[in-house]
Amino acid sequence: MVKLKNYNVSVSYFVLFLTFLATVSCKQQKLFVSRIEGKEIGIVKEQPQDTTIEAFIKPYRDHIDQDLSAVLATAPQTLDKNGQWQTTMGNLFSDAVMLKGNPIFLSREKKSMDIVLLNFGGIRSIIPQGDVTARTAYEIMPFENSLVVIALKGEQIIEMLDYIITEKKAHPISGLTFTIGKDNKPKDILIQGKPFLPSQIYYVGTNDYLANGGDNMNFFKKGIYKFDLEYKLRNILIDYFKDVDVVPIISDIRINVEK
Amino acid sequence: MKRREFIEKTAATTALVGLGLSMSSFKSASKHLTILHTNDVHSYIDPFPPTHPKNPSMGGVARRAALIESIRKENPNVLLLDAGDIFQGTPYFNYYGGELEFKLMSLMKYDLATMGNHDFDNGIDGFHAQLPHAKFDFVSSNYDFRNTVLNGLVLPYKIFNKDGIKVGIFGLGIALEGLVDKKNYKETIYNDPVGVAQDMARLLKHEQKCDLVICLSHIGYQYKNEPDKICDVKLAALTQDIDLIIGGHTHTFLDKPTVLKNAVGQDVLVNQVGCYGVNLGRVDFYFESDKEKLAQGKSIVV
Repeated sequence: MVKLKNYNVSVSYFVLFLTFLATVSCKQQKLFVSRIEGKEIGIVKEQPQDTTIEAFIKPYRDHIDQDLSAVLATAPQTLDKNGQWQTTMGNLFSDAVMLKGNPIFLSREKKSMDIVLLNFGGIRSIIPQGDVTARTAYEIMPFENSLVVIALKGEQIIEMLDYIITEKKAHPISGLTFTIGKDNKPKDILIQGKPFLPSQIYYVGTNDYLANGGDNMNFFKKGIYKFDLEYKLRNILIDYFKDVDVVPIISDIRINVEK
Repeated sequence: MKRREFIEKTAATTALVGLGLSMSSFKSASKHLTILHTNDVHSYIDPFPPTHPKNPSMGGVARRAALIESIRKENPNVLLLDAGDIFQGTPYFNYYGGELEFKLMSLMKYDLATMGNHDFDNGIDGFHAQLPHAKFDFVSSNYDFRNTVLNGLVLPYKIFNKDGIKVGIFGLGIALEGLVDKKNYKETIYNDPVGVAQDMARLLKHEQKCDLVICLSHIGYQYKNEPDKICDVKLAALTQDIDLIIGGHTHTFLDKPTVLKNAVGQDVLVNQVGCYGVNLGRVDFYFESDKEKLAQGKSIVV
């Protein structure tokens, strides 16, 4: 009797046990993180390629290569970013913006730029001696920045010159020349060859990044008008290279230092 | 919850009573999830040239694809993620506007991505125009796209079920003002990442009962010169219920994930793998369903 009773108890436990098992496995189990392993895998040259992916990329690459490799002009010698106050790269870039931007500004707004000011740091590459291609333009100007013209009062032009003097960088300028006096103040300011008039409004071409106060060019934020010409600086360079057969070495002095 | 705990306790008691069978050998399931991730690939589709001063011969999508495929063969439970700035950096983007980037990521079977500031470079319309090429979703929880073309197209979060492992992933983007031209982001509203992250993590962990919560972030790893600026390292410490933060934006090359403590003293992993597709990040999570097996605690091997 006793024996039988015990047996029955065992069976009932076993049934209970199976039921529990079934219940647990039907529900989503709560999972606990037991171990985490983290690492960085370098994509090295020994890593084999996926041939399907490579074949997929090829037509895109070939099209770009063909396009970018077309020779647009020739550089008789290397243009670089060497120079305290002006560089051959900066002079070329700012002059190209003036030259290619003005017809657009004129046709849209019936106005002309007086000055072009870009930033030294925005020139990302030099132009090596030899063939100049669209790839060169991409290397100089990989960003998508476009040309913006800001109307500045005379007061802001002086702020701009003070900024250049304080920064001591060869920010590319076109249409403007001046001398840094012994007192570290700008003098002999000529805009489009004419003496600077504090009461006049000047149209300054720059890029959208600087126009919004980039590189602390805060004087641009005080502009009274802003015209977005929607002309990418890179395209300006490409169009400029297409116009000239030979890339000029422009080394005139735009910022003089009084001795 | 309560019911399950009760069942576990009862079952354990039953086992002790007389059957002498280990419950865990029946009930415990070991699962393995592999998270693979990239960030700031910036349209780098081809490897760097051998002459490159920093990353000679590194990177390339065709190689990354093969590497991902070999990892999938080893463990089919893979989630492949990207933390933003897919766009901008090579002529591929200038020529095709992101089409090739999205198509290649789709071929590699990316599961999810978040948006970086450069993904707005052709405007929110430029991004929208390329979306049909992406066979994966985008998540962003703190950008409010309600008044833009992306309304309803970018998700606040997404839940994946991989072999019974429930993984909740949400996205965080960086402050756009001053970084992205207003004409590009238009009426996108940026909300504070900390509050949004906490809400998302709570929702995913407690309401949706995810086993793992991942934050795909483009807010940046850390800003040494701007200690007040929100970043992944600060986010990890200020929140709870996030298991892993996959970051981007600052192009930070971490040799291994950083292990930090969250607001309640639990471990959070933060990882970022530099930029330009030079590296692939890999984080493996091993799960047990039996709490008993975790008596010795979880181990983090980095």
